[in-house]
Amino acid sequence: MNNMNDMNDRDTNQQLQAMRKLLKAAVPPVTEVEPPRDLWPRMLRRLETVPAPVPWWDWALLGATVAVLCAFPSALPALLFHL
Amino acid sequence: MDPWHRFAEGHPDAFESLFRQYQRDVYSWIVRIVRDSAAAEDLTVETFWRMYRARARFNPEGKGAAWLRRIATNAALDHLRHAKRQAPLPEDLPADPVPDSAVQHETRLAIQRALGQLSPRLRVVVQLGLVEDEPYDEIGAALGISSNAVKVRMFRAVRLLRKKLLETGITP
Repeated sequence: MNNMNDMNDRDTNQQLQAMRKLLKAAVPPVTEVEPPRDLWPRMLRRLETVPAPVPWWDWALLGATVAVLCAFPSALPALLFHL
Repeated sequence: MDPWHRFAEGHPDAFESLFRQYQRDVYSWIVRIVRDSAAAEDLTVETFWRMYRARARFNPEGKGAAWLRRIATNAALDHLRHAKRQAPLPEDLPADPVPDSAVQHETRLAIQRALGQLSPRLRVVVQLGLVEDEPYDEIGAALGISSNAVKVRMFRAVRLLRKKLLETGITP
């Protein structure tokens, strides 16, 4: 039983080595290890495009306003007047 | 105080310091997975962006560099999932020259196609383990799985690759 396992392991390792050789010939290892330019300016731009988070009470206020307008549509002119 | 602790505490300059310290590592790890320098640049920025957004969840007592590499691997895997399957691998990267006599052009294309047809989670293991010779424990740490799980994925990937290559008449 152990011999069978050893043989299987040996076969698998041989397959692995053969595949490694074939792959390396077709897809050579990457030698490039440096980014071609400093990426910090791009990172800064990305950070600057972050939308400011809307606080939860702003959403609550909006929801309450919509609810009041649905219940009392006649309140709309008053609301517009105060805006 | 080290930059990871300062980053966890929200010091703005700590993020820049970590970016400058690790951008090379992150880029070189990602480019080995996606094999496309333009995509690797985008994904490096995406990785640090994800890290920045997750700063509240970061535990400075853990290994920051390992955490960052895991984020980078996930970003690269997401890219492979969205990239067109079966597309030939980009060949614009600086790499060791391939001796023409070793593998013919057609064979090379067939191997690249077969590799491109693997699922991203198998492809990443093959590329890092067999092409780039990264140790299994490092691949496992980057994927958040054990070395044994990496080995299992590797055997499965090699079996699939052999099958695909045999179908195209290439005997590995």
